[in-house]
Amino acid sequence: MKLLFTIDQYVIAESLEEAYELNQSRRNVILGGIMWLKMGKKRIGKAIDLSALDLHKIEEDEDCFYIGAMCTLRDLEVHPGLKKYFNGIIEKSVESIVGVQFRNGATVGGTVFSRFGFSDVLTVLLALDTYVELYKGGIVSLSDFMDMPRDNDILVKIIIKKDNRKAAYVNQRKSATDLPILACAVSNVGNTWNIVLGSRPAKAQLISLRLSESLNEEQINEIINVVEDKIVLGSNDRGSKEYRSILADVFIRRNIEEILLGGNHED
Amino acid sequence: MKIKLWINEKEFTDDVSPDIALLEWLRSKGFYSIKRGCETSNCGLCTVLLDGKPVLSCSTLAIRANGKYVTTLEGVEKDALEIGGFMADEGSEQCGFCSPGFIMNVIAMKNELTNPTEEEIKKYLVGNLCRCTGYVGQLRAIKNYLKSTKEV
Repeated sequence: MKLLFTIDQYVIAESLEEAYELNQSRRNVILGGIMWLKMGKKRIGKAIDLSALDLHKIEEDEDCFYIGAMCTLRDLEVHPGLKKYFNGIIEKSVESIVGVQFRNGATVGGTVFSRFGFSDVLTVLLALDTYVELYKGGIVSLSDFMDMPRDNDILVKIIIKKDNRKAAYVNQRKSATDLPILACAVSNVGNTWNIVLGSRPAKAQLISLRLSESLNEEQINEIINVVEDKIVLGSNDRGSKEYRSILADVFIRRNIEEILLGGNHED
Repeated sequence: MKIKLWINEKEFTDDVSPDIALLEWLRSKGFYSIKRGCETSNCGLCTVLLDGKPVLSCSTLAIRANGKYVTTLEGVEKDALEIGGFMADEGSEQCGFCSPGFIMNVIAMKNELTNPTEEEIKKYLVGNLCRCTGYVGQLRAIKNYLKSTKEV
């Protein structure tokens, strides 16, 4: 039995420029891990493989992590530097995605560029000071990228700034390896609190509020009320809007409490 | 498109269609240990090692194995028999359809993790579904197997 999608020609791009030029045709597709692509019946003219372009690395300097688009979700999970930062929420965001074998195939670029509505990874990256580097579009913040229409640019890398923010993440699933019913990440840097709800079931959405570093019960309730007003939750076969609303209340509160109790950027 | 790769240390060359899955191509070469399960990247039945890392061969294009080393159950027969023995002792093989993929992932885990805890074992093997055993027997078997490898 063959895969549902078909490929006429397979091209291992020798440069980003070549990949970009090829990607301007609607029949051509940049390949990530193909985990989601393989579920569809697309007829692909040229499949564009970026694996020869040295995009498999996670690098870090004093200020940032630089994650190549062809890094796998497993690379994110086991990277010693990423494990130490942001209360380990990057590892937490991927560890429930199917299994190790799946995460050895799925790529960061495929996940982020596709802006999947069920993504744990995007939920967490939005809570951090994250940027995407596009080949033609340059460096844009992830929150702006989330609102941009899908185009034929190429995602080259993800950049996460090490800004000492505290962070926490929780999600709810019907079974261990299923897609999440709701994912919630919260981060705090200075007086700014960032709340992200993902798998709403739509693409993750960020709300930033300026309050104080230490929150009282009244301020936590205020955050929950603002999020309830501004982030629209919906229903699907995994959970109703009402159920997601109850989960969101609990998850935001739980994440804030974890941060206030010391969820920190580095052990 | 021409590919050259090594399966269980033996070199293979072929001209493959760009949209054939590694699962299909390996089975066409006679590696029938690799089972076709869900084909939606969820069950782990088709697990093989690609350059030592466990991957889902149903979701990996054969062309992407070009220049790499593939390990299937046929290439780790001694380890597979040993692990299978521990599974049989715990009654955790039952229909056996998931066993090849499961054993490949156990081998990958053993290579990657040193002295894994029960929680780490569960997390590593969660992508291998089994409809017969309820997993408890498998967990006992794996713990016994890992213990035996330390005793040698």
